[in-house]
Amino acid sequence: MNAPAKIQETKAEQSLDAQFNALIAEKTQTNANQRKQAWDAFKAKGIPHRRVEEWHYTDLRTKMRDAFALAPTCVPKADVLQGAGGLESYRIAIVNGRFAPELSSNQELDGLTVTATDGVVSSELASKDAMISLNQALVQGGISIEVAANAKIEKPIEIVRYTDGADVSSYASTCVEIGAGANVLFIESFEGENGADYQSNAFTEIKVGDEADVHWLKLQVESQKAQHIETLGIELGAKVNFQHFIYNEGSSLSRAQLFVELKGEGTHAGLRGISLLQDQQHADITLYVNHAVPECESREYYRTVVDDKARAVFQGKIIVEPAAQKTDGQMMIKSLLLSDAAEINAKPELEIFADDVQCAHGSTTGDIDEDLLFYLTARGIPEAQARKILILAFLSEAVEEFEEERCVELLEAMTRKWLHADEMVSE
Amino acid sequence: MLEIKNLHAEVDGNKILRGIDLVVRPGEIHAIMGPNGSGKSTLSYVLAGKDDYEITEGTITYNGVDWSEMSAHERAAAGMFLAFQYPIEIPGVATMTFLKTALNAQRKARGEDEISTPDFMKLVREKSKALNVTPEMLRRPLNVGFSGGEKKRAEILQMSLLEPTLCVLDETDSGLDIDALRVVSEGVNQLRSPDRSMIVITHYQRLLDHIVPDVVHVLSKGKIVKTGGKELALELEKNGYAEYVDEEAA
Amino acid sequence: MAAVQETIDQVKAIDVDQYKYGFVTDIESELAPKGLNEDIVAYISAKKDEPEWMLNWRLEAFRRWKTMEEPTWARVDYPKIDFEDLHYYAAPKKREGPKSLDEVDPEILDTYKKLGIPLSEQEILAGVAPENRVAVDAVFDSVSVATTFKEELAKAGVIFCPISEAIREHPELVQKYLGSVVPVSDNFYATLNSAVFSDGSFVYIPPGVRCPMELSTYFRINEPNTGQFERTLIIADKGSYVSYLEGCTAPQRDENQLHAAVVELVALEDAQIKYSTVQNWYPGDADGKGGIYNFVTKRGDCREKNSKISWTQVETGSAITWKYPSCILRGDNSQGEFYSIAISNGHQQIDSGTKMIHLGKNTSSRIISKGISAGVSQNTYRGQVSAHRKASNARNFTQCDSLLIGDKCGAHTVPYIESKNSTAVFEHEATTSKISDDQMFYCQARGLDDEEAVALIVNGFVRDVIQQLPMEFAVEAQKLISISLEGSVG
Repeated sequence: MNAPAKIQETKAEQSLDAQFNALIAEKTQTNANQRKQAWDAFKAKGIPHRRVEEWHYTDLRTKMRDAFALAPTCVPKADVLQGAGGLESYRIAIVNGRFAPELSSNQELDGLTVTATDGVVSSELASKDAMISLNQALVQGGISIEVAANAKIEKPIEIVRYTDGADVSSYASTCVEIGAGANVLFIESFEGENGADYQSNAFTEIKVGDEADVHWLKLQVESQKAQHIETLGIELGAKVNFQHFIYNEGSSLSRAQLFVELKGEGTHAGLRGISLLQDQQHADITLYVNHAVPECESREYYRTVVDDKARAVFQGKIIVEPAAQKTDGQMMIKSLLLSDAAEINAKPELEIFADDVQCAHGSTTGDIDEDLLFYLTARGIPEAQARKILILAFLSEAVEEFEEERCVELLEAMTRKWLHADEMVSE
Repeated sequence: MLEIKNLHAEVDGNKILRGIDLVVRPGEIHAIMGPNGSGKSTLSYVLAGKDDYEITEGTITYNGVDWSEMSAHERAAAGMFLAFQYPIEIPGVATMTFLKTALNAQRKARGEDEISTPDFMKLVREKSKALNVTPEMLRRPLNVGFSGGEKKRAEILQMSLLEPTLCVLDETDSGLDIDALRVVSEGVNQLRSPDRSMIVITHYQRLLDHIVPDVVHVLSKGKIVKTGGKELALELEKNGYAEYVDEEAA
Repeated sequence: MAAVQETIDQVKAIDVDQYKYGFVTDIESELAPKGLNEDIVAYISAKKDEPEWMLNWRLEAFRRWKTMEEPTWARVDYPKIDFEDLHYYAAPKKREGPKSLDEVDPEILDTYKKLGIPLSEQEILAGVAPENRVAVDAVFDSVSVATTFKEELAKAGVIFCPISEAIREHPELVQKYLGSVVPVSDNFYATLNSAVFSDGSFVYIPPGVRCPMELSTYFRINEPNTGQFERTLIIADKGSYVSYLEGCTAPQRDENQLHAAVVELVALEDAQIKYSTVQNWYPGDADGKGGIYNFVTKRGDCREKNSKISWTQVETGSAITWKYPSCILRGDNSQGEFYSIAISNGHQQIDSGTKMIHLGKNTSSRIISKGISAGVSQNTYRGQVSAHRKASNARNFTQCDSLLIGDKCGAHTVPYIESKNSTAVFEHEATTSKISDDQMFYCQARGLDDEEAVALIVNGFVRDVIQQLPMEFAVEAQKLISISLEGSVG
């Protein structure tokens, strides 16, 4: 637990060095100064490792053997993109970090504006975490999405992020601005070529105006070999209802970091998700939820199923600032370990500076309840099937809480597929 | 003797009591009846000295002492007892411990010696038996997991232990079935004495079948709008409060 | 709100300066020169008349320490300590190693009397029933000044003596167990302690023996600018049982004083150790000046099957507390417990908790932590529960509750839950709350003033933990809780 000694540059860091130098040498590069700043911030910290408290359970320095070359611009065939699984939607496609209008919906949608950017943004978060800094140094492209005030967008807005090719890396950034009183559902998917080894690093900032109602579903279905890092910076105004859900299934290594600021009174933030892990997958969800003003509610409910030699990490920190009286924050982490080699690390933190608050957190870790299993098998259900029923039940509790019908169906289908429980009689 | 003169009180800036005059002499039982929202519970909190219940006009004096600047615990030591409509739960504090702490705090405030543990145990056993409060209940944390009836019996037990001279019973009948109501009422009746005054606050007449009042007042919109004998309660039971509510509105 | 607000004001206004144990004992002391180097380590070792192996052990620790840096991960904030500006050894002058109580400086005996610690055996024998007797080892600055009931304990085969004496008299036990739970290089403060510890208590309970009385150590820091580095080693051999109590006080001084102790517990097959602490070091004054830096490493090793170690702590003192009494559940079916009350008021900072490391099969642990923050203090619970691959059927239950009094303080919870075994079941619950206005009013309506009401409610809040303390300690702890929150109640 002592302070880290000076450590040597890894191969991945050396490769990144070369990439950045090549990038900055291209005189055409936009926002070179800002990129340089971000790069310096990254260099000062290096790739995060276990001695960095926030990355203690995800030692990226060890896991990131090398940094792949920056992915080139390309346009894959439209049919490789999965997105929201055929749900009728307004599609925004991003390939290798860059906006791909050819694969996106081309008609206008009332209340929605999408603009391509170079991806460099000015954000306080950029210097907060090494992997955000790295994103901003190398970012290949970005988009800005605006939802007009009071717009009620019926169709889900689908953001499909596709990494094309193997042994490449992609860096993308997104700014989302949702006007006051708007009502919108986003379904964002992270995907890539099946079985390909690649690295994706996305940085998204979402600003939500007063009284808006936003549902955001993230489908992380990257290639099973990919390394996926996503950072979300979320700022919520007053009386907002913001519901976020992570479906974590892909990647050999994934990390979702959410920085959530509740800045207006009377806001409700629901942060939920399920992770389904097998083989040697490693999935990390790290949250910072900051209650800066009174009378807000936040819910952080995550469920994880870990099989084989997979490893799940959950870190959640609810901060209640001195001004944030009457805060109601509840965090609950439930994990099922299905194999003896599986592993879960949970760190649900509370940091409280106001006295009139209702804050609680809980965590349970264990195997499937033997009594329930016995009950089902005693009714004649074979054990393997009974286990699946119980796992599904465990996951669907979390899914239902997202309260977005269109997504619940989609999520349940995906969960079933993962469990190979398609043939199972439902309910 | 309790004297309330032209009492106006508000909570969070809302005016609830709008000029109450009431005199309760030793030995008397006064019933205060009224529709929901008439200010019954507010009156009981103002009498007990709850913070945030602010007297904006008028006075409360008890035995000649002005109570307006006295805090709740000082009033308790001076003889005030409020039987709560919803007794508060205090986790981890055994009922027995609480009773002893409260009794000794009041004795100390009056300059009396603390009661010895054996004397206290004897006293509690005696009093709790009559109210059907079991030793098991006394060991449990105060009001935690108590049923509605148990909570009210525990309130009356406190009343009989602390021997107040001014008792305010706030909707003591709420949440009680007929058997529990009888046990509680009997407990209260045993405490009737020539030097003890009581104010019984209730919405329904049925409690007054068991605890028979000397005087009945009707409270509406923060004012006493009618005063009469015990027969007034029966009349209210028959005709409801509509007459008084309308009268006010008119 | 108003009722609670008043309480807050009162708590704010508490006279922290009225620390009850803040007097200084005027005795002549023998001090090592300030600063730390190999000569000082050798000086301490020589003062203790130690064998060469012990000196080498210390020197090795000192060399390790020179390569280490102060940890910064805890949620506490204090100016950098100048380790060269401390005395690493202070002993009451005159006689060293008193043979009997008659030889102890009457000033020191008087000090312990003021602290309410009976050292005179006769006094105890006269007044108290045999089952309530407590054998006491009193440590004054760096030196153990008196151990009571030694003879009677010896009859049962129990060894209870200053660790300096154990190093000379029972080297085989000390060599076998010292540093076996907290390795020399464990952490910055433990390593420092290994180099310079001056005294502490040693306990050995032979196989099958139930220690006939509670054992107790009282620590007292008296000299200014002195670090106190005591070392406690308790070994419960197969099938034995011991209950050990520890109490601490220090005089009021404007400077901060460093206390870096190490406690090692070893429980062999079927043995049980119950270790209770009431920590009431001087917390500093109302402005946060002075007070003890309490940087302590406490760890118990359930080394063999069916063993059990239980920690109970009531932490009310110290300017800064950094302390994680832990259990290594190595033996199959072994059990670990941690019950804690941590109260911070004024400018105090507490970062405390536990580690339950499940290594063996069917091991279980239980953590009940009650944190109370008032004033402008910061109170952090930090706890780790981990199950290793082979820890099948490991069980943990953690309940972690925080109570805030006032809106200038902070209460934080940092659990680390790590499971590598699918049959391990870990449950963790944490809540944060304040004393409700309704509870305050209810108590007031029954005649309790604000302070009494707060004391009553807080005592209810911590009851689960108080129940774990031995009787005599429980009463003391309850009083202490009231005092540390109100200053005037009790």
